[in-house]
Amino acid sequence: MTHVLLRHRDIPNINTIDVYKKNGGFEAFKNAVIKMKPEEVTNVVKNSGLRGRGGAGFPTGMKWQFMDNKNWPHYVVANADESEPGTFKDREIMEQNPFQFLEGVALASYAVGANAAYVYLRGEFWQVAKFLDEKIAEMEEAGFLGDKLFGTDYSLRIYTHLGAGAYICGEETALLESIEGKRGQPRVRPPFPPSFGLYGKPTVVNNVETLTNVPLILSKGADWYKSIGTADSAGVKIFSLSGRVKKPGNYELPFGKTFRDLIYGEGGGIIDDRPIKAIMPAGASSSLIVADDKALDTILDYASVRTLGADLGSASVIVIDDTVSIEWVISKTIHFFKHESCGKCTPCREGNHWMLSVVNRIEHHHNPEDVELLLNVAKQMQGKCLCALGEFATMAVVTGIERFPQDFKA
Amino acid sequence: MSLAEKYPKEIRQILAKYPPEHKRSAVMPLLHLAQLQEGHVDRHAMQEIAALLEITETEIASIIGFYTLYHDKPEGKLRIQVCTDLPCALRGADKFLADLCGKLGIQPGETTPDGLVTVEAVMCLAACDKAPMFQTQGTNGIEYHEHMTVEKTMELIDGFKKNDGEVK
Repeated sequence: MTHVLLRHRDIPNINTIDVYKKNGGFEAFKNAVIKMKPEEVTNVVKNSGLRGRGGAGFPTGMKWQFMDNKNWPHYVVANADESEPGTFKDREIMEQNPFQFLEGVALASYAVGANAAYVYLRGEFWQVAKFLDEKIAEMEEAGFLGDKLFGTDYSLRIYTHLGAGAYICGEETALLESIEGKRGQPRVRPPFPPSFGLYGKPTVVNNVETLTNVPLILSKGADWYKSIGTADSAGVKIFSLSGRVKKPGNYELPFGKTFRDLIYGEGGGIIDDRPIKAIMPAGASSSLIVADDKALDTILDYASVRTLGADLGSASVIVIDDTVSIEWVISKTIHFFKHESCGKCTPCREGNHWMLSVVNRIEHHHNPEDVELLLNVAKQMQGKCLCALGEFATMAVVTGIERFPQDFKA
Repeated sequence: MSLAEKYPKEIRQILAKYPPEHKRSAVMPLLHLAQLQEGHVDRHAMQEIAALLEITETEIASIIGFYTLYHDKPEGKLRIQVCTDLPCALRGADKFLADLCGKLGIQPGETTPDGLVTVEAVMCLAACDKAPMFQTQGTNGIEYHEHMTVEKTMELIDGFKKNDGEVK
Protein backbone atom coordinates (compact mmCIF):
# COMPACT_ATOMS: atom_id res chain seq x y z
CA MET A 1 0.00 0.00 0.00
CA THR A 2 1.26 3.48 -0.74
CA HIS A 3 1.50 5.91 2.13
CA VAL A 4 -1.25 8.36 3.00
CA LEU A 5 0.82 10.46 5.43
CA LEU A 6 4.48 9.55 4.92
CA ARG A 7 4.11 10.14 1.18
CA HIS A 8 7.71 11.33 0.91
CA ARG A 9 8.66 7.67 1.11
CA ASP A 10 6.86 7.08 -2.21
CA ILE A 11 7.31 10.48 -3.89
CA PRO A 12 10.82 11.99 -3.77
CA ASN A 13 11.03 15.74 -3.04
CA ILE A 14 7.37 16.11 -2.09
CA ASN A 15 8.63 18.71 0.38
CA THR A 16 9.13 21.09 -2.56
CA ILE A 17 6.07 23.02 -3.66
CA ASP A 18 6.33 22.04 -7.35
CA VAL A 19 6.43 18.32 -6.65
CA TYR A 20 3.61 18.65 -4.13
CA LYS A 21 1.48 20.52 -6.68
CA LYS A 22 2.24 17.97 -9.41
CA ASN A 23 0.90 15.27 -7.11
CA GLY A 24 -2.46 16.94 -6.60
CA GLY A 25 -1.31 19.31 -3.88
CA PHE A 26 -3.64 22.15 -2.85
CA GLU A 27 -6.40 20.88 -5.17
CA ALA A 28 -8.52 19.87 -2.17
CA PHE A 29 -8.08 23.27 -0.52
CA LYS A 30 -8.78 25.20 -3.71
CA ASN A 31 -11.84 23.08 -4.47
CA ALA A 32 -13.16 23.51 -0.92
CA VAL A 33 -12.77 27.29 -0.88
CA ILE A 34 -14.30 27.75 -4.34
CA LYS A 35 -17.00 25.09 -4.39
CA MET A 36 -17.83 23.90 -0.88
CA LYS A 37 -19.51 25.43 2.13
CA PRO A 38 -17.40 25.24 5.31
CA GLU A 39 -19.86 22.84 6.97
CA GLU A 40 -19.62 20.52 3.96
CA VAL A 41 -15.87 20.20 4.58
CA THR A 42 -16.54 19.40 8.23
CA ASN A 43 -19.11 16.79 7.24
CA VAL A 44 -16.69 14.95 4.96
CA VAL A 45 -14.12 14.80 7.78
CA LYS A 46 -16.80 13.69 10.24
CA ASN A 47 -18.06 10.94 7.91
CA SER A 48 -14.51 9.69 7.32
CA GLY A 49 -14.30 8.55 10.95
CA LEU A 50 -10.99 10.41 11.48
CA ARG A 51 -10.07 10.57 15.16
CA GLY A 52 -7.43 12.77 16.81
CA ARG A 53 -3.93 11.31 16.48
CA GLY A 54 -2.34 13.23 19.35
CA GLY A 55 -3.42 10.65 21.89
CA ALA A 56 -7.01 11.24 22.93
CA GLY A 57 -8.61 9.81 19.77
CA PHE A 58 -11.50 12.29 19.78
CA PRO A 59 -13.56 12.41 16.54
CA THR A 60 -12.08 15.29 14.53
CA GLY A 61 -15.19 16.36 12.60
CA MET A 62 -17.20 16.48 15.82
CA LYS A 63 -14.61 18.74 17.42
CA TRP A 64 -14.93 21.14 14.47
CA GLN A 65 -18.73 21.10 14.81
CA PHE A 66 -18.44 22.22 18.44
CA MET A 67 -17.07 25.63 17.40
CA ASP A 68 -19.23 28.40 18.83
CA ASN A 69 -20.63 30.33 15.85
CA LYS A 70 -21.88 33.21 17.98
CA ASN A 71 -18.38 34.22 19.05
CA TRP A 72 -15.76 35.43 16.54
CA PRO A 73 -13.00 35.39 15.37
CA HIS A 74 -12.18 31.68 15.23
CA TYR A 75 -8.70 30.19 15.37
CA VAL A 76 -7.07 26.93 14.35
CA VAL A 77 -4.00 25.74 16.24
CA ALA A 78 -1.87 22.82 15.10
CA ASN A 79 -0.32 20.98 18.02
CA ALA A 80 3.29 20.26 17.03
CA ASP A 81 4.56 20.08 20.60
CA GLU A 82 5.42 16.38 20.22
CA SER A 83 7.04 15.75 23.61
CA GLU A 84 5.81 12.34 24.74
CA PRO A 85 8.83 10.08 25.25
CA GLY A 86 8.55 7.59 22.39
CA THR A 87 6.78 9.91 19.92
CA PHE A 88 8.66 11.22 16.89
CA LYS A 89 6.19 11.14 14.01
CA ASP A 90 5.15 14.78 13.65
CA ARG A 91 8.69 15.98 13.05
CA GLU A 92 9.08 13.56 10.13
CA ILE A 93 5.78 14.80 8.64
CA MET A 94 6.73 18.47 8.98
CA GLU A 95 10.24 18.00 7.59
CA GLN A 96 9.40 15.62 4.78
CA ASN A 97 5.76 16.26 3.81
CA PRO A 98 5.18 19.81 5.08
CA PHE A 99 2.73 21.01 2.43
CA GLN A 100 0.26 18.20 3.06
CA PHE A 101 0.28 19.15 6.73
CA LEU A 102 -0.09 22.87 5.95
CA GLU A 103 -2.90 22.14 3.48
CA GLY A 104 -4.59 20.25 6.31
CA VAL A 105 -4.25 23.33 8.52
CA ALA A 106 -5.74 25.42 5.70
CA LEU A 107 -8.69 23.05 5.21
CA ALA A 108 -9.43 22.97 8.94
CA SER A 109 -9.27 26.77 9.01
CA TYR A 110 -11.70 27.09 6.10
CA ALA A 111 -14.05 24.54 7.70
CA VAL A 112 -14.33 26.51 10.94
CA GLY A 113 -14.08 29.99 9.42
CA ALA A 114 -10.67 30.87 10.85
CA ASN A 115 -8.58 33.54 9.12
CA ALA A 116 -5.52 32.91 11.27
CA ALA A 117 -3.91 29.64 12.28
CA TYR A 118 -0.92 28.98 14.51
CA VAL A 119 1.44 26.01 14.42
CA TYR A 120 2.74 25.54 17.96
CA LEU A 121 6.08 23.73 17.80
CA ARG A 122 8.11 22.62 20.79
CA GLY A 123 11.09 24.95 21.18
CA GLU A 124 13.54 22.18 20.33
CA PHE A 125 12.04 22.12 16.80
CA TRP A 126 13.79 25.43 16.08
CA GLN A 127 15.05 24.24 12.69
CA VAL A 128 11.67 22.74 11.79
CA ALA A 129 9.97 26.06 12.54
CA LYS A 130 12.44 27.91 10.30
CA PHE A 131 11.77 25.36 7.56
CA LEU A 132 7.97 25.68 7.93
CA ASP A 133 8.28 29.49 7.80
CA GLU A 134 9.95 29.11 4.40
CA LYS A 135 7.21 26.75 3.20
CA ILE A 136 4.49 29.11 4.41
CA ALA A 137 6.16 31.97 2.52
CA GLU A 138 6.21 29.83 -0.63
CA MET A 139 2.50 29.12 -0.24
CA GLU A 140 1.79 32.84 0.13
CA GLU A 141 3.78 33.57 -2.99
CA ALA A 142 1.93 30.88 -4.92
CA GLY A 143 -1.45 32.27 -3.83
CA PHE A 144 -2.47 29.45 -1.48
CA LEU A 145 -2.33 31.68 1.61
CA GLY A 146 -3.12 35.37 1.97
CA ASP A 147 -6.05 37.67 1.20
CA LYS A 148 -9.03 36.82 -1.01
CA LEU A 149 -7.90 33.35 -1.93
CA PHE A 150 -8.79 32.01 -5.38
CA GLY A 151 -10.90 35.11 -6.05
CA THR A 152 -13.21 34.54 -3.08
CA ASP A 153 -13.63 36.58 0.10
CA TYR A 154 -11.80 34.00 2.18
CA SER A 155 -8.42 35.02 3.67
CA LEU A 156 -6.00 32.91 5.67
CA ARG A 157 -2.60 33.31 7.26
CA ILE A 158 -0.58 30.63 9.05
CA TYR A 159 2.04 31.49 11.67
CA THR A 160 4.52 29.36 13.58
CA HIS A 161 5.02 29.81 17.31
CA LEU A 162 7.94 28.19 19.13
CA GLY A 163 7.61 26.86 22.64
CA ALA A 164 10.66 26.64 24.86
CA GLY A 165 10.84 23.24 26.50
CA ALA A 166 7.79 22.10 28.46
CA TYR A 167 6.00 18.76 27.95
CA ILE A 168 2.85 20.18 29.48
CA CYS A 169 2.38 22.51 26.50
CA GLY A 170 1.17 19.49 24.51
CA GLU A 171 -1.96 19.70 26.66
CA GLU A 172 -4.25 21.87 24.57
CA THR A 173 -5.17 24.55 27.10
CA ALA A 174 -1.58 24.85 28.40
CA LEU A 175 -0.54 25.23 24.77
CA LEU A 176 -3.02 28.10 24.33
CA GLU A 177 -1.73 29.79 27.50
CA SER A 178 1.77 29.47 26.06
CA ILE A 179 0.79 31.18 22.78
CA GLU A 180 -0.75 33.93 24.89
CA GLY A 181 2.71 34.52 26.36
CA LYS A 182 2.19 32.87 29.72
CA ARG A 183 3.58 29.93 31.61
CA GLY A 184 2.10 26.79 30.10
CA GLN A 185 -0.31 25.71 32.80
CA PRO A 186 -3.59 23.97 31.91
CA ARG A 187 -6.91 25.74 32.30
CA VAL A 188 -9.96 24.34 34.01
CA ARG A 189 -12.11 22.55 31.43
CA PRO A 190 -14.94 23.07 30.59
CA PRO A 191 -15.13 25.46 28.83
CA PHE A 192 -13.28 23.60 26.07
CA PRO A 193 -11.31 25.40 23.36
CA PRO A 194 -14.11 25.27 20.72
CA SER A 195 -16.03 27.68 22.95
CA PHE A 196 -13.18 29.38 24.87
CA GLY A 197 -9.78 28.96 23.26
CA LEU A 198 -7.00 31.26 22.10
CA TYR A 199 -7.56 34.80 23.44
CA GLY A 200 -10.88 33.51 24.77
CA LYS A 201 -12.14 32.84 21.23
CA PRO A 202 -13.41 29.56 19.74
CA THR A 203 -10.41 27.47 18.73
CA VAL A 204 -9.80 24.07 17.19
CA VAL A 205 -6.61 22.40 18.41
CA ASN A 206 -5.55 19.41 16.29
CA ASN A 207 -2.42 17.29 16.20
CA VAL A 208 -0.09 17.49 13.16
CA GLU A 209 -0.79 13.92 12.05
CA THR A 210 -4.56 14.43 12.35
CA LEU A 211 -4.44 17.47 10.06
CA THR A 212 -2.14 15.76 7.56
CA ASN A 213 -4.91 13.20 6.90
CA VAL A 214 -7.39 15.88 5.87
CA PRO A 215 -6.29 16.83 2.31
CA LEU A 216 -6.52 13.24 1.03
CA ILE A 217 -9.83 12.69 2.83
CA LEU A 218 -11.21 15.70 0.99
CA SER A 219 -9.86 14.65 -2.40
CA LYS A 220 -10.61 10.92 -2.19
CA GLY A 221 -13.73 11.05 -0.05
CA ALA A 222 -14.91 9.90 3.37
CA ASP A 223 -15.80 6.40 2.12
CA TRP A 224 -12.28 5.84 0.82
CA TYR A 225 -10.79 6.71 4.22
CA LYS A 226 -13.34 4.64 6.11
CA SER A 227 -12.57 1.65 3.92
CA ILE A 228 -9.05 1.58 5.43
CA GLY A 229 -8.53 0.32 8.98
CA THR A 230 -11.09 -1.28 11.28
CA ALA A 231 -14.73 -0.57 12.13
CA ASP A 232 -13.58 1.03 15.40
CA SER A 233 -10.65 3.01 14.04
CA ALA A 234 -10.78 4.30 10.47
CA GLY A 235 -7.75 5.00 8.34
CA VAL A 236 -4.03 4.83 8.87
CA LYS A 237 -1.79 5.61 11.83
CA ILE A 238 1.90 6.32 12.15
CA PHE A 239 3.43 4.04 14.77
CA SER A 240 6.63 5.40 16.33
CA LEU A 241 8.51 2.24 17.25
CA SER A 242 11.39 2.57 19.73
CA GLY A 243 13.26 0.74 22.45
CA ARG A 244 14.83 -2.70 22.17
CA VAL A 245 13.94 -3.45 18.53
CA LYS A 246 16.30 -3.97 15.63
CA LYS A 247 14.72 -1.35 13.37
CA PRO A 248 13.21 1.53 15.33
CA GLY A 249 11.43 4.18 13.32
CA ASN A 250 8.08 5.46 12.06
CA TYR A 251 5.80 2.98 10.35
CA GLU A 252 2.55 4.01 8.74
CA LEU A 253 0.06 1.16 8.92
CA PRO A 254 -3.68 0.81 8.51
CA PHE A 255 -5.39 0.15 11.83
CA GLY A 256 -5.91 -3.59 12.21
CA LYS A 257 -2.38 -4.98 12.12
CA THR A 258 -1.09 -6.63 15.30
CA PHE A 259 1.68 -5.78 17.75
CA ARG A 260 3.50 -8.80 16.32
CA ASP A 261 3.29 -7.38 12.78
CA LEU A 262 4.69 -4.08 14.01
CA ILE A 263 7.45 -5.33 16.32
CA TYR A 264 8.62 -8.48 14.51
CA GLY A 265 7.56 -7.57 10.96
CA GLU A 266 8.33 -3.86 10.52
CA GLY A 267 10.69 -3.60 13.48
CA GLY A 268 12.70 -6.74 12.64
CA GLY A 269 12.27 -8.24 16.11
CA ILE A 270 14.18 -7.75 19.34
CA ILE A 271 17.89 -6.82 19.53
CA ASP A 272 20.03 -10.00 19.76
CA ASP A 273 16.76 -11.96 19.39
CA ARG A 274 16.15 -11.72 23.13
CA PRO A 275 12.69 -12.49 24.54
CA ILE A 276 10.29 -9.54 24.57
CA LYS A 277 9.04 -8.62 28.04
CA ALA A 278 6.78 -5.57 27.98
CA ILE A 279 5.19 -3.05 25.63
CA MET A 280 4.27 0.57 26.27
CA PRO A 281 1.89 1.40 23.40
CA ALA A 282 1.49 5.12 24.15
CA GLY A 283 4.90 6.36 25.22
CA ALA A 284 5.99 7.08 28.77
CA SER A 285 2.42 7.87 29.85
CA SER A 286 1.35 4.40 28.85
CA SER A 287 0.35 1.42 30.92
CA LEU A 288 2.83 -1.44 30.75
CA ILE A 289 1.50 -4.48 28.90
CA VAL A 290 2.87 -7.98 29.56
CA ALA A 291 4.11 -8.97 26.09
CA ASP A 292 2.67 -12.50 25.93
CA ASP A 293 1.21 -14.13 22.81
CA LYS A 294 -2.24 -12.74 23.52
CA ALA A 295 -0.86 -9.20 23.62
CA LEU A 296 1.31 -9.69 20.53
CA ASP A 297 -1.68 -10.96 18.56
CA THR A 298 -3.89 -8.07 19.64
CA ILE A 299 -5.09 -5.79 16.88
CA LEU A 300 -3.76 -2.25 16.81
CA ASP A 301 -6.82 -0.07 17.06
CA TYR A 302 -8.23 2.08 19.84
CA ALA A 303 -10.79 -0.44 21.15
CA SER A 304 -8.63 -3.59 20.94
CA VAL A 305 -5.64 -2.15 22.81
CA ARG A 306 -8.02 -1.14 25.58
CA THR A 307 -8.82 -4.85 26.18
CA LEU A 308 -5.19 -5.20 27.35
CA GLY A 309 -5.67 -2.55 30.02
CA ALA A 310 -3.86 0.19 28.10
CA ASP A 311 -4.56 2.95 25.62
CA LEU A 312 -3.16 3.20 22.11
CA GLY A 313 -2.81 6.96 22.59
CA SER A 314 -0.38 8.46 20.11
CA ALA A 315 0.81 4.95 19.14
CA SER A 316 4.35 5.48 20.41
CA VAL A 317 5.29 1.88 20.95
CA ILE A 318 8.23 1.42 23.34
CA VAL A 319 9.50 -2.16 23.37
CA ILE A 320 11.18 -3.62 26.46
CA ASP A 321 13.09 -6.92 26.47
CA ASP A 322 14.17 -9.29 29.23
CA THR A 323 17.44 -7.43 29.86
CA VAL A 324 15.48 -4.52 31.34
CA SER A 325 14.06 -4.25 34.85
CA ILE A 326 10.59 -2.72 35.13
CA GLU A 327 11.71 -1.05 38.35
CA TRP A 328 14.27 0.88 36.26
CA VAL A 329 11.60 1.66 33.64
CA ILE A 330 9.33 3.31 36.16
CA SER A 331 12.21 5.21 37.74
CA LYS A 332 12.75 6.72 34.27
CA THR A 333 9.08 7.61 33.76
CA ILE A 334 8.76 9.06 37.28
CA HIS A 335 11.88 11.15 36.75
CA PHE A 336 10.34 12.50 33.54
CA PHE A 337 6.95 13.41 35.00
CA LYS A 338 8.47 14.90 38.15
CA HIS A 339 10.44 17.22 35.87
CA GLU A 340 7.45 18.04 33.66
CA SER A 341 4.70 18.55 36.24
CA CYS A 342 3.71 22.21 35.81
CA GLY A 343 3.08 22.66 39.53
CA LYS A 344 -0.51 23.84 39.30
CA CYS A 345 -2.31 20.89 40.93
CA THR A 346 -1.07 19.73 44.31
CA PRO A 347 -1.58 15.95 43.82
CA CYS A 348 0.59 15.99 40.67
CA ARG A 349 3.25 18.37 41.96
CA GLU A 350 3.65 16.69 45.35
CA GLY A 351 2.82 13.17 44.22
CA ASN A 352 5.54 13.14 41.58
CA HIS A 353 8.02 14.57 44.08
CA TRP A 354 7.29 11.76 46.56
CA MET A 355 7.18 9.05 43.91
CA LEU A 356 10.68 10.06 42.84
CA SER A 357 11.97 10.02 46.42
CA VAL A 358 10.48 6.58 47.06
CA VAL A 359 11.62 5.02 43.79
CA ASN A 360 15.16 6.32 44.40
CA ARG A 361 15.09 4.66 47.80
CA ILE A 362 13.80 1.39 46.30
CA GLU A 363 16.70 1.36 43.87
CA HIS A 364 19.11 1.32 46.78
CA HIS A 365 17.27 -0.82 49.36
CA HIS A 366 14.54 -3.21 48.31
CA ASN A 367 12.04 -2.70 51.08
CA PRO A 368 8.62 -4.25 50.22
CA GLU A 369 6.93 -1.54 52.27
CA ASP A 370 8.37 1.10 49.97
CA VAL A 371 6.86 -0.63 46.92
CA GLU A 372 3.49 -0.54 48.68
CA LEU A 373 4.05 3.12 49.54
CA LEU A 374 4.87 3.96 45.92
CA LEU A 375 1.72 2.23 44.70
CA ASN A 376 -0.27 4.03 47.36
CA VAL A 377 1.04 7.48 46.39
CA ALA A 378 0.38 6.78 42.69
CA LYS A 379 -3.20 5.72 43.32
CA GLN A 380 -3.85 8.79 45.44
CA MET A 381 -2.87 11.01 42.53
CA GLN A 382 -5.34 9.43 40.11
CA GLY A 383 -8.46 11.37 39.19
CA LYS A 384 -7.47 14.46 41.15
CA CYS A 385 -5.75 16.76 38.64
CA LEU A 386 -6.95 19.31 36.09
CA CYS A 387 -5.18 17.69 33.16
CA ALA A 388 -4.05 14.20 32.23
CA LEU A 389 -0.41 14.62 33.30
CA GLY A 390 -1.21 13.71 36.90
CA GLU A 391 -2.85 10.56 35.57
CA PHE A 392 -0.14 9.75 33.02
CA ALA A 393 2.56 9.89 35.70
CA THR A 394 0.94 6.99 37.53
CA MET A 395 0.18 4.62 34.63
CA ALA A 396 3.54 2.87 34.33
CA VAL A 397 4.00 2.89 38.10
CA VAL A 398 0.72 1.17 38.93
CA THR A 399 0.72 -1.30 36.03
CA GLY A 400 4.45 -1.96 36.44
CA ILE A 401 4.11 -2.93 40.10
CA GLU A 402 0.86 -4.87 39.59
CA ARG A 403 1.79 -6.71 36.38
CA PHE A 404 5.53 -7.27 36.99
CA PRO A 405 5.73 -7.91 40.77
CA GLN A 406 8.84 -10.10 40.38
CA ASP A 407 10.80 -7.01 39.28
CA PHE A 408 10.22 -5.28 42.60
CA LYS A 409 11.71 -7.96 44.83
CA ALA A 410 15.20 -7.83 46.25
CA MET B 1 23.29 47.41 22.36
CA SER B 2 19.55 47.08 22.88
CA LEU B 3 17.45 44.43 21.16
CA ALA B 4 15.60 47.16 19.26
CA GLU B 5 18.90 48.40 17.82
CA LYS B 6 20.22 44.95 17.05
CA TYR B 7 17.11 43.25 15.68
CA PRO B 8 14.64 45.89 14.40
CA LYS B 9 13.39 43.76 11.48
CA GLU B 10 13.04 40.55 13.50
CA ILE B 11 11.09 42.32 16.25
CA ARG B 12 8.69 43.83 13.70
CA GLN B 13 8.13 40.40 12.14
CA ILE B 14 7.48 38.78 15.51
CA LEU B 15 4.96 41.42 16.60
CA ALA B 16 3.12 41.12 13.26
CA LYS B 17 2.23 37.50 14.03
CA TYR B 18 -0.20 38.37 16.82
CA PRO B 19 -3.25 40.65 17.15
CA PRO B 20 -2.01 44.08 18.36
CA GLU B 21 -4.20 43.86 21.47
CA HIS B 22 -2.45 40.58 22.38
CA LYS B 23 1.16 41.61 21.90
CA ARG B 24 2.13 39.75 25.07
CA SER B 25 2.12 36.64 22.83
CA ALA B 26 5.43 37.89 21.45
CA VAL B 27 7.23 37.26 24.73
CA MET B 28 8.47 33.76 23.88
CA PRO B 29 9.88 34.54 20.42
CA LEU B 30 11.47 37.72 21.83
CA LEU B 31 13.15 35.73 24.59
CA HIS B 32 14.49 33.27 22.00
CA LEU B 33 15.86 36.24 20.06
CA ALA B 34 17.40 37.86 23.16
CA GLN B 35 19.14 34.63 24.07
CA LEU B 36 20.82 34.09 20.69
CA GLN B 37 23.92 36.22 21.17
CA GLU B 38 24.85 35.65 24.78
CA GLY B 39 23.33 32.25 25.42
CA HIS B 40 21.20 33.63 28.25
CA VAL B 41 18.71 36.42 28.81
CA ASP B 42 20.31 39.24 30.77
CA ARG B 43 18.63 41.84 32.94
CA HIS B 44 18.69 44.53 30.25
CA ALA B 45 16.92 42.31 27.72
CA MET B 46 14.30 41.41 30.32
CA GLN B 47 13.65 45.07 31.04
CA GLU B 48 13.44 45.92 27.38
CA ILE B 49 11.00 43.10 26.56
CA ALA B 50 8.88 43.96 29.60
CA ALA B 51 8.64 47.60 28.50
CA LEU B 52 7.88 46.69 24.88
CA LEU B 53 5.06 44.29 25.80
CA GLU B 54 3.81 46.29 28.80
CA ILE B 55 4.17 43.42 31.27
CA THR B 56 6.26 43.27 34.42
CA GLU B 57 9.82 41.99 34.69
CA THR B 58 8.57 39.50 37.27
CA GLU B 59 6.28 37.97 34.68
CA ILE B 60 9.17 37.69 32.24
CA ALA B 61 11.31 36.05 34.94
CA SER B 62 8.55 33.55 35.69
CA ILE B 63 8.42 32.58 32.00
CA ILE B 64 12.20 32.16 31.85
CA GLY B 65 12.00 30.00 34.95
CA PHE B 66 9.15 27.85 33.65
CA TYR B 67 10.55 26.87 30.24
CA THR B 68 13.74 24.82 30.20
CA LEU B 69 15.25 26.34 27.03
CA TYR B 70 15.55 29.80 28.57
CA HIS B 71 18.50 30.58 30.79
CA ASP B 72 19.04 33.56 33.06
CA LYS B 73 22.69 32.73 33.84
CA PRO B 74 25.65 32.32 31.51
CA GLU B 75 26.99 28.79 31.04
CA GLY B 76 29.16 27.20 28.35
CA LYS B 77 28.95 28.87 24.93
CA LEU B 78 27.77 25.55 23.59
CA ARG B 79 25.23 23.54 25.52
CA ILE B 80 25.13 19.85 24.67
CA GLN B 81 21.77 18.55 25.84
CA VAL B 82 21.60 14.77 25.80
CA CYS B 83 18.24 13.03 25.91
CA THR B 84 18.34 10.30 28.58
CA ASP B 85 14.63 9.53 28.71
CA LEU B 86 13.32 5.98 28.58
CA PRO B 87 13.40 5.26 24.79
CA CYS B 88 16.89 6.77 24.37
CA ALA B 89 18.10 5.08 27.57
CA LEU B 90 16.95 1.72 26.15
CA ARG B 91 19.41 2.40 23.33
CA GLY B 92 22.43 3.40 25.37
CA ALA B 93 21.92 7.10 26.14
CA ASP B 94 22.92 6.89 29.81
CA LYS B 95 26.23 5.26 28.92
CA PHE B 96 26.82 7.78 26.14
CA LEU B 97 26.30 10.68 28.56
CA ALA B 98 28.60 9.12 31.18
CA ASP B 99 31.32 8.39 28.60
CA LEU B 100 31.11 11.88 27.10
CA CYS B 101 31.33 13.53 30.51
CA GLY B 102 34.23 11.23 31.41
CA LYS B 103 36.07 12.25 28.26
CA LEU B 104 35.52 15.94 29.06
CA GLY B 105 36.35 15.50 32.76
CA ILE B 106 33.07 16.96 33.98
CA GLN B 107 29.84 15.76 35.57
CA PRO B 108 26.44 16.12 33.83
CA GLY B 109 25.26 19.69 34.38
CA GLU B 110 28.81 21.07 34.52
CA THR B 111 30.83 23.26 32.18
CA THR B 112 34.36 22.57 30.94
CA PRO B 113 37.03 24.70 32.71
CA ASP B 114 37.58 26.80 29.56
CA GLY B 115 33.92 27.85 29.81
CA LEU B 116 33.10 26.58 26.33
CA VAL B 117 30.98 23.45 26.71
CA THR B 118 28.18 22.57 29.12
CA VAL B 119 26.81 19.03 29.05
CA GLU B 120 23.32 18.44 30.40
CA ALA B 121 20.84 15.56 30.57
CA VAL B 122 17.48 16.71 29.23
CA MET B 123 13.99 15.31 28.75
CA CYS B 124 12.72 13.62 25.59
CA LEU B 125 13.66 15.38 22.32
CA ALA B 126 11.39 13.34 20.01
CA ALA B 127 14.17 11.48 18.23
CA CYS B 128 13.85 8.14 20.05
CA ASP B 129 14.72 6.03 17.00
CA LYS B 130 18.04 7.86 16.50
CA ALA B 131 19.57 7.49 19.98
CA PRO B 132 22.07 8.30 21.32
CA MET B 133 21.27 11.86 20.33
CA PHE B 134 21.49 15.39 21.67
CA GLN B 135 20.69 18.93 20.72
CA THR B 136 23.12 21.80 20.83
CA GLN B 137 21.98 25.17 22.03
CA GLY B 138 24.28 28.01 21.06
CA THR B 139 24.55 31.09 18.90
CA ASN B 140 23.03 29.22 15.93
CA GLY B 141 19.91 28.47 17.86
CA ILE B 142 19.11 24.80 18.37
CA GLU B 143 20.35 21.90 16.27
CA TYR B 144 19.84 18.15 16.47
CA HIS B 145 22.69 15.63 16.33
CA GLU B 146 21.49 12.04 15.94
CA HIS B 147 23.08 8.58 15.97
CA MET B 148 25.96 10.05 17.96
CA THR B 149 29.11 8.52 19.39
CA VAL B 150 31.59 10.05 21.84
CA GLU B 151 34.15 10.30 18.98
CA LYS B 152 31.75 12.20 16.70
CA THR B 153 30.82 14.49 19.59
CA MET B 154 34.47 15.27 20.35
CA GLU B 155 34.98 16.16 16.67
CA LEU B 156 31.99 18.49 16.87
CA ILE B 157 33.42 20.15 19.98
CA ASP B 158 36.85 20.55 18.32
CA GLY B 159 35.20 22.12 15.28
CA PHE B 160 33.27 24.42 17.55
CA LYS B 161 36.48 25.59 19.22
CA LYS B 162 38.25 26.14 15.89
CA ASN B 163 35.34 28.08 14.43
CA ASP B 164 35.13 30.56 17.29
CA GLY B 165 31.95 29.25 18.72
CA GLU B 166 30.10 28.23 15.56
CA VAL B 167 28.82 24.67 15.23
CA LYS B 168 29.91 23.36 11.85
